[in-house]
Amino acid sequence: MKALMPTLLLVAMGTAQAAPIAMEDQSQLKVPGVQAAPQFVPPAEGAIPDNAFGKMIREGHALFVDTRRLMPEAVGNGMNCSNCHLDQGRLAHSAPLWGAYPMYPAYRKKNDKVNTFAERIQGCFTFSMNGKPPAADSPQMTALSVYAYWLSTQAPTGVEIAGRGYPEVPKPEGGYDFKRGKQVYDEQCAICHGGNGEGQKVAGEYVMPPLWGKDSYNWGAGMHRINTAASFIKYNMPLGKPGSLSDQQAWDVAAWINRHERPQDPRLVEGSIEKTRLKFHANDGVNLYGQKVDGVLIGQGIGG
Amino acid sequence: MKPLSHVVIGSLLILAWPSAHAADGQKIFNQGGQNPAAMACLGCHGPDGKGIAAAGFPRLAGLPAGYLSKQLHDFRSGSRRQAVMEPLSKALDDAEIEAVSAYLAKLPADVAADTRRQQIANDPVTRLAIYGDWSRLIPGCVQCHGPGGSGVGEHFPPLAGQPAGYLVAQLNAWRDGSRSNDPNQLMVNVAKAMTDAEVKAVADYFAQPASQEVKP
Repeated sequence: MKALMPTLLLVAMGTAQAAPIAMEDQSQLKVPGVQAAPQFVPPAEGAIPDNAFGKMIREGHALFVDTRRLMPEAVGNGMNCSNCHLDQGRLAHSAPLWGAYPMYPAYRKKNDKVNTFAERIQGCFTFSMNGKPPAADSPQMTALSVYAYWLSTQAPTGVEIAGRGYPEVPKPEGGYDFKRGKQVYDEQCAICHGGNGEGQKVAGEYVMPPLWGKDSYNWGAGMHRINTAASFIKYNMPLGKPGSLSDQQAWDVAAWINRHERPQDPRLVEGSIEKTRLKFHANDGVNLYGQKVDGVLIGQGIGG
Repeated sequence: MKPLSHVVIGSLLILAWPSAHAADGQKIFNQGGQNPAAMACLGCHGPDGKGIAAAGFPRLAGLPAGYLSKQLHDFRSGSRRQAVMEPLSKALDDAEIEAVSAYLAKLPADVAADTRRQQIANDPVTRLAIYGDWSRLIPGCVQCHGPGGSGVGEHFPPLAGQPAGYLVAQLNAWRDGSRSNDPNQLMVNVAKAMTDAEVKAVADYFAQPASQEVKP
């Protein structure tokens, strides 16, 4: 058995045989290219007014950076908002709140309706945080919306300003490769996120977020798309060294991360991974959900 | 012939015994290693291993064993340069390094401040420590070194409870290249992006946990 393991491992690192699927995001919102340098500067902390509105900004900020601890009833995994939106939701090319708030309400193909900003945040809780979203009129949602609104002070409404979202990283001509991705992961990511994507905790709380497994984002989260993860990684990781990976490395490591099991897509259709794939994943960028990789069905879900 | 071979084997066993003997971490800490050049740790790092703040000698108590062991090996190889530790680490053998690292990791240390990222940082030093300055690609110190600088895993050592003089010396060592043993060069760019004033202020921030705001 022991002798067999390396062979199995090698086989498992091969490429997915699934048919290529169209690069189409489930959102009509476009992300500006990186050629346009971000100009927008959100207000400084010192500019928070000392009144009821300022108090709500502070509450929203606290929820944003310490989500899991402060909203255990809403967060079902080990993630905080600030794990995917760096620098407290301020950083350009890291899906900053000032790039998101002024774009809502907006139609989203993901749920085929016009979404308010609160509904958009609810999506984060359902998928990226694998939890139960707070009600649209809850104090927490008000606080998070107020924080996003305040960060967007003087940003134009309905304009895709430079720096919003994660800039698209073109898919490399030769696609991606799990084996190369694993190598990038082991060399550059494992030091913080652990050899098995498990993240790292101090005193029971995650300091570095888990990238797969039961405490990570679920199969319905935008980050499960290889193209989206590649974009996030290229422009934000390793922490403090954005842009240090090539486009190829970003795609390879994104594919390696997103071929691992994570909590099931909460939209699971009639208990069927195949039906869920057809309805929600077949036209959702580049992803592995419901496909077989080296004979193993991806998207079976893990944990609660 | 037979008795002689017994004697030979017996002598060989006795000669081989000392190096096969398990190294004693506590003894190395208190009295030094087998080689007299490997002086006792407590002389400079204090009887409790918590360092000597006035001299800038670092805290070793409660640091991860893997981190300590790596530093001793790095002093040997020269990727971390320090005049006292360089010859000292070369006088320790591998087993002694492992033993003393394991012993130090188990020594009790003061608990880091329970500073949470949820507070809005009102002053620039706290902001740098908790959130960093992304216009210069500086992550917040606690993002890698843990809440209150408690340390995370084997690669991100505690900052809390380290003498300010030691933290300043390390940041400056990365800036001038005398320390280059950070995994994936994660520290060198951060240190180089900081100003002299920030280096001193952030060192003071972690050296004096009592001055930190603690969440209500």
